[in-house]
Amino acid sequence: MTARYDIAVIGGGIMGCATALRMAEGGMRATVLDQGDLGQGASGANAGTLSLQIKRVKLMPYALKGHHEWKAMGDAVGFRKTGGYTLAFTERESELLHERQTLKAEAGAPIEFVSNNHIRNAEPNLTQKVISASYCPEDGYANSSLTGQYYRGRLRDQGIPYRERCPVTAITQDGAGFALDTPQGEITASRILMATGAWLKPTAAMLDVDLPVNARINTVSVTERLKPLTSTVIGHATGLLTMKQKTNGTVLIGGGWQGRGTPQEGRGQVTAGSLQPNLALAQFALPALENARIMRSWTGFEANVPDFYPLVGALPGVEDAFVLGCVRGGYTIGPYISKLMGDFILDREPELPLFDPGRNFEED
Amino acid sequence: MLLLCGTAQMADLIDILVVGAGPAGGNAALAAARHGKHVVLLDEQVKPGGQIWRAKDSSILSAPQTPEGSAGDALRAQITKAQIDHRGSTRIWQIERQSEGWDVHVLRDGQVERLTTKTLVLATGAHEFVQPIPGWTKPGVFGLAGATALFKQNLSPPGQRTIVSGTGPLVFFVASEIRRLGGTVAAVVTPNTRRDWVSKLPALARRVDLALRGALWIAHIMMNRVPIFWGCSVVSVEGVARVEGAEIQKLDANWAPKGETWSIDADSLCLGHGLIPSIEAPQLSGITISYRSDLGGWVPDIGQDGATSVEGVFLCGDGAGIRGATAAELHGTLAGLSAAEHLGARTAKERATLRPRFNRAARFGLAMTALSTPRPGFAMLTKPDTIVCRCESLTQTRISQEVEVGAASSNAVKSGLRAGMGPCGGKYCQTAIARFIALHENRPEAEIPPSAPRPPLRPVPMSALSANFDYDDLPIPKPAPL
Repeated sequence: MTARYDIAVIGGGIMGCATALRMAEGGMRATVLDQGDLGQGASGANAGTLSLQIKRVKLMPYALKGHHEWKAMGDAVGFRKTGGYTLAFTERESELLHERQTLKAEAGAPIEFVSNNHIRNAEPNLTQKVISASYCPEDGYANSSLTGQYYRGRLRDQGIPYRERCPVTAITQDGAGFALDTPQGEITASRILMATGAWLKPTAAMLDVDLPVNARINTVSVTERLKPLTSTVIGHATGLLTMKQKTNGTVLIGGGWQGRGTPQEGRGQVTAGSLQPNLALAQFALPALENARIMRSWTGFEANVPDFYPLVGALPGVEDAFVLGCVRGGYTIGPYISKLMGDFILDREPELPLFDPGRNFEED
Repeated sequence: MLLLCGTAQMADLIDILVVGAGPAGGNAALAAARHGKHVVLLDEQVKPGGQIWRAKDSSILSAPQTPEGSAGDALRAQITKAQIDHRGSTRIWQIERQSEGWDVHVLRDGQVERLTTKTLVLATGAHEFVQPIPGWTKPGVFGLAGATALFKQNLSPPGQRTIVSGTGPLVFFVASEIRRLGGTVAAVVTPNTRRDWVSKLPALARRVDLALRGALWIAHIMMNRVPIFWGCSVVSVEGVARVEGAEIQKLDANWAPKGETWSIDADSLCLGHGLIPSIEAPQLSGITISYRSDLGGWVPDIGQDGATSVEGVFLCGDGAGIRGATAAELHGTLAGLSAAEHLGARTAKERATLRPRFNRAARFGLAMTALSTPRPGFAMLTKPDTIVCRCESLTQTRISQEVEVGAASSNAVKSGLRAGMGPCGGKYCQTAIARFIALHENRPEAEIPPSAPRPPLRPVPMSALSANFDYDDLPIPKPAPL
């Protein structure tokens, strides 16, 4: 049996790892446990889009800070600030685009509307059927495949012990904190942080807390390497498309099309019924894709609660237990909001407000 | 869901869809059809036969017949006679469970198509393992199994003067075929020793016909004074732009290279170190996998007569564990009968009669698999600057650096380095990388499963997937919360 940690973090994605790093900086003895490998859940399966144009208005201050975090991580996570366009192909989409992007610009995102001439010059391979578009120079992407490699390196550098393939199967409270059952033995800690993403519901249930967490099953696909076709992050007014060409020439296509499956059953499944229109929309926006082949498609579980705001704070009803997750735009915002979570656990005043996991989810 | 698109017209409900038309899949289809089931048989090749009984290209139909050719022709004739709906040049790219069976998504003639079936028989065969050695990516190096495809389809030897190096019986078959096709074999090099072969005599005795055929290959090679280097391997490929020769070294009992090396000139090299079951399609249909070194590595979990824990899915042939072609035929028949039984046919008696024959053939096949599967020391053939992942040009050093900083699974190495994200989908590198992680971490290979398979099973053109898309069909969702 190992010595008692100040905190055990359950879940080794971006949020679990980044919070552990913050708490270790603050002097806590932390450990990170993951049921699989670090960064292989949503943190490693999402499309890597860093776009202020698809962030919620109320979360914009967090997203702006998040972009700074990604920029600081730089090449190690494949960060590229490319700018990004959101496209509308119909009048209805155009209205939607103007209404929503105006509010996001007012919330602090440097979003502007651009002329059709502008977009044809900037992205000549896009379809001529664009009728209006918005642009954000802060947008870009990072390579989500590198999440695990990056945080594994950071944890090792900081001397924070982590265990992979170490699912927590039971949590019990003893006088001094928590005892976690794992296949690698019992781990004890004075505090725990649950950062298990789409698996938060079963994690909290181990302490008899019901968190109303659901999972979306987002589909992502990648093409073979292609000649340069586009240099920015492309989105669609409806949110049904994100697309960017990586420096290696592959084009990554997302947009939140739903696969099927549940976190409890393991990985989600790609369905042809979702994949085909997703790809058709991508090819509609970038016609040259018709000559490309799709190499792989996969899904990632995006956790959310009914009001689609984050869970960041104390686990309701259990002292010294905390929860972090369900951040809409969690890849972008994760590295920043984890610092706030870490500060809260360290008893410091967070820079921006947290999101009480014990709130009434039916009110906005 | 609404929409889509193009070829997704309501398909007829198939009773039994068989994927793979080799000895296993072909016989599964025949057995099921005998019981009156509506069978569709898919294969990537134009004609049935699989890798081992591959049909000859039409330009060489007059060429002399081989036992593989005859067996293939017999299977092809039976499939035609049984009026089985065989669809060649068809690749499956996704399998989805539906309420009344399975949707199998295929690519055929540049178009995607959805087939719906009550039951599935997966007979997806195997692919070759090659332990990466210095120079193995040079032009003029062929896989052993890859070379046999060349012979069967085009009747051409791989070069003028060929070194044949590899494990198990295949190395002798390839050498004798090259000679039969007019090529010169510079040497046969095999890690197996004569003693290894003698130790398999009890298994060989169970199938005297097959053992005799192997003995004839070896006798033919020896009589023609082709040197056979037992207990040795080609350890590096020589040449600047292409193969000019190879370096050979003795191996120890664990198959680690040991002692002096020598060179042999050649313009081509056939290299192969056993077969690995192709398990991606079974995995996509939800079947769990286990590590079985006796069956060639990671295999789907199956029960008797090809049954699995997933209702309505049956497996057979080398894709369920490397047992060889003779066992695959019988395994295919058993799985086809099991699938028919699942749909109401009475096949228990027939299966009980066949099972001992299958077990006998499997014992012979497993003995060959044991000879073919590399021992742990073989990993030492890969040197620090040897390319391990061909698609991304990753060397052993690059991979070991990644493992040393904590990438302790196939998925972690894949995510960090893209090993397995290229066109081959990890087929070439995955096994070598998993074995390397196991060696480095001193863990059993059974703890290092392959990365999760991701559809499409083969690359699919965007144009096929997005065919007949009508923009107005886009399902506009409720806007995301602001």
